[in-house]
Amino acid sequence: MAGNGMTRRGMLRAGVAGVAASALPLVNVHGQSSGGRLALGFWDHWVGAPANDVMRAIVNEWGQKNRVEVTLDFITSAGNKTLLTIAAEAQARQGHDILSFPTWQVHDHQDLLEPVDDVMGRLIQKYGAVNQASEYLAKIGGRWLAIPETAGSQFKGPAARIDLLKQHAGIDVQAMYPAENRLGPGADQWNWETFLQAAQKCSAAGYPFALPAGTTSDATDWIGAMFRSFGADLVDAKGNITIRNNDKVRQAMEYSKRLFEFIPSEMFAADDATNNRAMISGKSALIFNPPSAWAVAKRDAPDVARNMWHFPSPSGPAGRPVPFLPFFYGIWKFGRNKSAAKALLEHLSQTEQVQRLVEASSGYDIPPFNSVFDDIDTWRKVEPPLGTVYNYPVRAHHNAVPNVAYAPAPPEIAVQMYTQGIQAKMIARMVQGKEPIDRVLAWAETEVEGFKRG
Amino acid sequence: MADGNVVMARGMPAAVAPPQKGTLHRIARRRSTLAFLMTLPLLAVIGGLVAYPFFYALYLSMLNKRMTRFVGIDNFTFLLSRETFQAVIWQSVLFAVSAVIAKALIGFILAHVLHALPAKGQRKWRGMLLVPWVIPPAVSTLAWWWMFDPSYSAINWVLTTVGVPPVAWLGEPSWARFSVILVNVWYGAPFFMIMYLAALKSVPDQLYEAAAIDGATGWQKLRYVTVPMMKNIIAITVLFSLIVTFANFDIVRILTNGGPQDKTHIFGTYAFQVGIQSGDIPLGSAVSLFMFPILAVFAIFVLRDVTRRNKEMTG
Repeated sequence: MAGNGMTRRGMLRAGVAGVAASALPLVNVHGQSSGGRLALGFWDHWVGAPANDVMRAIVNEWGQKNRVEVTLDFITSAGNKTLLTIAAEAQARQGHDILSFPTWQVHDHQDLLEPVDDVMGRLIQKYGAVNQASEYLAKIGGRWLAIPETAGSQFKGPAARIDLLKQHAGIDVQAMYPAENRLGPGADQWNWETFLQAAQKCSAAGYPFALPAGTTSDATDWIGAMFRSFGADLVDAKGNITIRNNDKVRQAMEYSKRLFEFIPSEMFAADDATNNRAMISGKSALIFNPPSAWAVAKRDAPDVARNMWHFPSPSGPAGRPVPFLPFFYGIWKFGRNKSAAKALLEHLSQTEQVQRLVEASSGYDIPPFNSVFDDIDTWRKVEPPLGTVYNYPVRAHHNAVPNVAYAPAPPEIAVQMYTQGIQAKMIARMVQGKEPIDRVLAWAETEVEGFKRG
Repeated sequence: MADGNVVMARGMPAAVAPPQKGTLHRIARRRSTLAFLMTLPLLAVIGGLVAYPFFYALYLSMLNKRMTRFVGIDNFTFLLSRETFQAVIWQSVLFAVSAVIAKALIGFILAHVLHALPAKGQRKWRGMLLVPWVIPPAVSTLAWWWMFDPSYSAINWVLTTVGVPPVAWLGEPSWARFSVILVNVWYGAPFFMIMYLAALKSVPDQLYEAAAIDGATGWQKLRYVTVPMMKNIIAITVLFSLIVTFANFDIVRILTNGGPQDKTHIFGTYAFQVGIQSGDIPLGSAVSLFMFPILAVFAIFVLRDVTRRNKEMTG
């Protein structure tokens, strides 16, 4: 080492320092640490820097004001990194104080999560009730174990081409769901039968609906909402299997058979990007998706974006469920600074912060409290076309309900049906595998029986 | 002192005499102790990264879903009773066996072609043929995923231009199985090629010369000289590849995620879906451990044959 003037020991030190520096979290917010330390692991927003920067700024401000030294990591959901992080920290009983928990993870780790009834009590008192889907996922045994999060929570109603639906199916979605708190002409007829006719006409015109039927969440969510709209629950709230001898399940299956005649066969192997690509490339008239496809189209295919409109799902005999996928803030019981964690999460849930998060995500993020929807003008302002995402959040006049696929089954059963995409597989077996419906129902019942083991 | 004996001067106090060497010192000076100390890092790595995860997985696989109760082999018997898991076993065997056979055949042919090339150009071809094996499979599989896309891919574009209807490569169960095996073969064949090439180069030329003098044909040389001389390397390579292919995860995960209709799930992807995504870590562990007895039995037979052949050759 004489040549470069660096000793071996010095090199080792530098190496260790380098490794330590590279292992540092993406963001370190240092303040006076009299309020202790907090380690946060939040979802790395698909919008990227604009949304993450706002979250960082909010946390930073709070940390400095409350003299809490905060470390903030953004954890990507790509490659299931979020799930792996949660599983690893749960096993090791150490890690962050607060993590973002995707849909089912609160139930999976309920024994390790700090109850947050005090925080939720104050938030509910201030902003009103939380939507039922979030309650189903985060309130366990009468206790709130996580706080519904704005960042990442999303609806997945139809995102459709205004021009193509008008031209080929005779449906004016802009008129049906205008960017104001009222329903337009045709909204009362927006049901699964109308949907099927539109699918048929658009398919004939060369713009088939890109409806995935694989096992990823986009497929599971829209199919789950469709089944629910028929009242076709595979398992009821008490955990009883209700598949065979259930006319509603049979009805949903028969409807699916008719619908999938007009859906491209490759959708059985689609992932969460397939439908987006179909829409952005201009080859599809309708997908079920949050405004992420629209946002990418705005950048890459402006002609497509300016013709897109977001609105609630069709209704069925049992109502109008809209696919919903919420995130939650959870505090580990083994966290070191629970009081500061609760204070921060309460701060993040206030309207002022929520507004900033929704704005940063161009309206993608959905707050858990419907009462704040009208206070947030992001959804009114986003364009083109102006108001495209106004009806993206489920509003009171939609007569719709946020729906988590496989609810109201007990979540420990529902999560397994969800991740294994049982409903999508039922459809695939029937449509693609050409299995008789009775055999498919028998198969599904056997599978779900297996999920009931404790 | 020439003879090495210590002669104590008369009248010298005993305390001044050199101390007797203790047992510890003797143990420390033994060659076996030194050897043990030097292998300690390796033992630590094997213990920490192989033995501990294995036994921990075994422990996990015997717990209930909430990991609060010991359930013995219930997870294993439960899995065996499931239609989906029975299909996963069949698909894993189909995936691994067909991929390894294809890789071995392609590798064998490529190795012979390369071996026959003049030494000057051989290195260039060897380098090019190794490319699929060098690229991280997560990256190359993404490229394949694009090529299999039914609407926008090069493969279907070519098919359409020659009048063949586009194929839903990953959407139809049989095509999806074919596609995941194809990508695995594409990725793994260069490994076989390089191993077989090394084996070919180690076959003494005199054997071929002797065979030629005896009037052996090309086929006879291959059958009676090349293959017997390569048997050990073929066995070891197949064993190694079978283990790696059985444990494959990334290719299926990226291309099909086990679908459509679970028709491409293999142990690794199903274990992930059950264990991590569905939050049933004990069951996921049980799925992943199913590979162990299958591979252990195979490994015992292969390694026994290799040892026997070695003994025959040296004896």
